[in-house]
Amino acid sequence: MNLQLTEGKKLRKVHFYGHAIPYLEDVEIKGKFIVIEGPDNSGRTTQIELLSSKLEADGHGVMNAGLRRSELMGEGIAEAKKSYILGKRTMSLFYAADFADQLENKIIPALRAGYIVLSDRYIYTLMARDAVRGISKSWSHNLYGFALKPDLLFYLDVEPKELAHRVFKKNSSLDYYESGVDLGLSENMLESYIIYQRLISKEFKRMERKYSIIPIDGNRDIMEINIDLQKRIDGFLTSN
Amino acid sequence: MAIEKMDIRKEMEGKLIVVEGIDGSGKSTQIRLLEKWFRSREIPVFLTEWNSSDTVKQITSKGKKKGTLTPITFSLLHATDFADRYERNILPLLHAGYVVLADRYIYTAYARDITRGCNPEWVKKVYEFAVKPDITFYFSVHVDIAVERILSGRPKLKYYEAGMDLNLSNDPYESYRIFQSRIIDQYNSMVSSENFVVVDGTMEIEESQKFLRSHAMKLFEPSSINSRRSISV
Repeated sequence: MNLQLTEGKKLRKVHFYGHAIPYLEDVEIKGKFIVIEGPDNSGRTTQIELLSSKLEADGHGVMNAGLRRSELMGEGIAEAKKSYILGKRTMSLFYAADFADQLENKIIPALRAGYIVLSDRYIYTLMARDAVRGISKSWSHNLYGFALKPDLLFYLDVEPKELAHRVFKKNSSLDYYESGVDLGLSENMLESYIIYQRLISKEFKRMERKYSIIPIDGNRDIMEINIDLQKRIDGFLTSN
Repeated sequence: MAIEKMDIRKEMEGKLIVVEGIDGSGKSTQIRLLEKWFRSREIPVFLTEWNSSDTVKQITSKGKKKGTLTPITFSLLHATDFADRYERNILPLLHAGYVVLADRYIYTAYARDITRGCNPEWVKKVYEFAVKPDITFYFSVHVDIAVERILSGRPKLKYYEAGMDLNLSNDPYESYRIFQSRIIDQYNSMVSSENFVVVDGTMEIEESQKFLRSHAMKLFEPSSINSRRSISV
C-alpha cells in the first residue's frame, strides 16, 4: 500500500449495523466509505467512473467495490441465476456470502489503508429484493449486521418507465430478475418490470430514514447528476 | 402489495428426525438404519445430509479452492447449502407427509460457527427460518473415543475439517482434537434448551438402534399424530 496516501489521516472506529464480525469489531480505518445504490440503468456505474476519476485527479486513493464481484463466488452466482432453480432464501444467503467475502477481503483492508472506497451497490439492494419476496426485514437486518455503515449513501431514484426506455436502448429484452418474473407479477414482461421496480423503489423509501439514505433524482442528465453528487462528496470530504 | 403475504401458516404433516454429534459419534450409521426401518415399513422417508446440495457445491467449489474462508463466509456458505436443501427438499417433503431424516441440522451450524467465533445470536437468527425437529438425537461420546475412531486410519484431514483456521495447533491431528472438544462443549450447552434426546455413543449398534426406534415410534402414536404443528413459510 502507498504510505504517502495515508499520511496524516486519523484512525477512527467503524460502525456496524448489528452483530459485527467478532474479530473486526475494533478495527480502525483511515479511509472513507461511499455507496451508490440504485436500479440497473440508473447510471450508477457511469457516476462511479466519473467520481473516481475526479477524486483520483484530486490526489485520493480510490477503490471500487460492488456486488457479485467476490473471488469466492461472484461467478457462481452468475451461474445460479442462469438456472433459475434456487429458492429465495438460498439466493439471499448466497449474496450474503459473496458480500461478506468482499467486505472482509477488499473493502475493510482498503479502508484501513486510507482509500476512498466507492461501492456500486451495497446491502440495501439485497435487503430490498428480499423484502419484496416476502423475507422478513428483521431477518435481513440481522443477516447483514456485520456490514459496516457507509459514510455517505446515495440512492439514484429513476422513474421505472424511464428505466425501461434506457434498457431498450441498450438491449432488446428485459432481465428476468430485474423484472421480478420469479414473483409472478404479470403475464406482460414490461408490466412486470414496472411493478417490480416500483416495489423496489418503495422499499428504498421505507429504508431511507433508518439507514440515512440520500435520495438523488436520477431522471436528470448524467452531468447534472454528477455535479450534484460531486458537490455532496466534496462537502463531506472537506468537513471530515 | 402485488404479491400475497408470504407468511401463510401451513399445516405440517410429516416428521423431522435429526441426528447430531461430532464425527465418529456413530450418528450416521444409526440414521441409515432408521431409514431402512422406515422403508421396510413402507413409510415414505427422505434422508438429507449436511453440506450436500449439489447445486451449491458446484457453485462454491471453485471459490473454496481459490479463497480463504473467514468464519462469516464459512458460516454463510453452509447456510446457503442448508437453505437450498430446506427450500427444495426438507420443507416440501414435510408438507407432503414424509419422514425427513437429517444427518446434522441447524445445531451443527450453531456449534461450529460459534466455536469459530461467530456471534451466537447472529447465527441463531440466520437459521430462524428452519422448523424445529420433532426429535433430535444427540450422540454423546467422549472426544478421545470419537477422535480415535476417525483418526485410527490416519486420514488426511482437510484444512477446515481440522479447524486449522482457528490456529489451535500446528499439528492437524492435535488441532482436530481440540476443535472437536470445543464443539462438544457447544452441543452440551444446547442439550436442555433444544430438547436433545441424548444417546450414549458407546452403546452397541443394535442397542442404540433399538433405543432410537422406540423413541421414533412415539411420533406415530395416535395422540402425537393429532397434534400437528403449524409453522410459518
